[in-house]
Amino acid sequence: MQSQPIAELRKVTKRYGAVTAASGLDLAILPGEFLSFLGPSGCGKTTALRMLAGFEEATEGEVLIDGQVVNGVPPHRRPVNMVFQQYALFPHLTVAQNVAYGLNQRRPKLPKAEVAAEVARALDMVRLPEFGDRRIWEMSGGQQQRVALARAIINRPKILLLDEPMAALDKKLRHDMQIELKSLQRELGITFVLVTHDQEEALSMSDRICIMDQGRIAQIATPEELYDRPQSRYVADFVGRSNFIPAKVTGHDGGLVVAEAAGALRVLARGDAALPPGAAITLSLRPEEITLATAQEGIEAEVTHRIFLGEHTEYHLKSPSLGTLVAVAPRASEARNGALAPGARVRLHWRDGAALALKDG
Amino acid sequence: MRIYAILVYLFLYIPIGIIALFSFNAGRHAAQFTGFSLQWYGTVLSNPFVIGALKTSVIVALSSAALATLSGTLAAVALQGVRGRMRAFYDALIYMAVMVPGIVIGIATLIALVTVFDVLNPMLSGLFGEGAPRLALGKGSLIAAHGLFTMALVTVIVRARLQGMDRALLEASSDLGAPPMRSFLQITLPQIAPAVLAGFLLSFTFSFDDFIIAFFVAGSETTLPIYVFSSIRRGVTPEINAIGTMVLVASLLTLVSAQVILRRRAR
Repeated sequence: MQSQPIAELRKVTKRYGAVTAASGLDLAILPGEFLSFLGPSGCGKTTALRMLAGFEEATEGEVLIDGQVVNGVPPHRRPVNMVFQQYALFPHLTVAQNVAYGLNQRRPKLPKAEVAAEVARALDMVRLPEFGDRRIWEMSGGQQQRVALARAIINRPKILLLDEPMAALDKKLRHDMQIELKSLQRELGITFVLVTHDQEEALSMSDRICIMDQGRIAQIATPEELYDRPQSRYVADFVGRSNFIPAKVTGHDGGLVVAEAAGALRVLARGDAALPPGAAITLSLRPEEITLATAQEGIEAEVTHRIFLGEHTEYHLKSPSLGTLVAVAPRASEARNGALAPGARVRLHWRDGAALALKDG
Repeated sequence: MRIYAILVYLFLYIPIGIIALFSFNAGRHAAQFTGFSLQWYGTVLSNPFVIGALKTSVIVALSSAALATLSGTLAAVALQGVRGRMRAFYDALIYMAVMVPGIVIGIATLIALVTVFDVLNPMLSGLFGEGAPRLALGKGSLIAAHGLFTMALVTVIVRARLQGMDRALLEASSDLGAPPMRSFLQITLPQIAPAVLAGFLLSFTFSFDDFIIAFFVAGSETTLPIYVFSSIRRGVTPEINAIGTMVLVASLLTLVSAQVILRRRAR
């Protein structure tokens, strides 16, 4: 995918009066990729999307689409289309008329037969072939979303923008839709840019995720990289869950950082080889890395809660040295070793390199 | 408490009921009901003065409603783009126009028009000589005065609908390639159409029923309410009852349809 970017934000800042919604965004979107903006509400992800669509103008910096600076170009002249959060389907038009809307704006006008054929194709693609004559309000939420999708792809945009498109769907439907969206993207080969606050959604669909924090980009990386090598506590906390343990660097050993936590505990953690001894760090430890045993060795802890979640069980632990921790045990291992009741004394283990050293501040 | 409520309603509706009832009276007297008959409706509808007044009323009501609907809708749409203090200022002006008593509008319009005519008429005759058009009170001034008042009404109604409209619809239209004017025609207009139509009907009813403003600015024209008022001076006749009943039914039908149109949700 090392080709010319299909869209770019260059040092883009957006201010509303005294409020800065996005600040110094620098980002290149590659052709054909599925990129997600992920972050809590108010982090600037929607602003970034709306600047690509043309509904908001950057206060500073340049927005480029297909190599062209599009600052000042109104939405109707930009080669991108959007799926809106509440779908924004036109209530006075039928499903087919909604889908045809984009094609009908072309000048000179397209022949009616061609529009009808394209609409039928688009409705086929979103698996609503028989629904053209329906009214919008006769459709369920999931169906309305498919109509919005068909309407947005009919103009073959260079980029399809999706603004929290699945926020209004129930969990099961959302999951089905995620898979469908991903396969639709592969089929069309269009660049998809998704805005979401749902990390699972971002992780499952994206080629790359852009994590946003208070108007800034916190990290851009593949889902795996974000999960395995978050660059900050914010990212580690936002993507997946993590235990955070304050520690101090004492040295380096074979590519791993040697750290000391809770006074005497020696931990071998992945991390920046340039971290100087004595630096204050935070160790990030994923719950699934912690194994619980009743042996004599390891870090002492007591089970405070056991939460059964089906495929895995979550244990809340209290350790005299490390404080409160969360560990996750797969159902299979729990079934083998027996469940631990609240109050049980356990020993915690994790392999060397399971923890990740994050620089403080 | 309930008895008071009933009394209030009786006080309101008995006089109207009596008018409707006595319009079907066979006898001439307003005091006793002597049998059912439609003869007064026949009398009224063959009275050339009534028909003339009705025609004037309908022309004035249709024209002023059309004028008010067009300008009121445009004002409402334009006001969408105005924000902050200017918005509050225009809002205040519009609500004031709705609330100003008819008699004030009547007097003010009369004085303004007469003053303007006094200035313009000599200029016109100076320009065109003998056959110069002479500006005077009449249908034109009626349409202007009614249109002015009901324009504010239309603006308020259409504004409410516009504010209830999802902004994302216009963004979607623009996103799909429609320039602003086409977005307005293809999306905004169909969305506000019920409010526009309701505004038209309400304006029509207002103009059709109005007596106060019309009385001041009608000049030599006679609208239906003015006709009724002047004939009442010769006593209440069954013809008046018949006219009243017909106006009542027509107005109610119009108002009810306006309400139905406004309530029908374009989901």
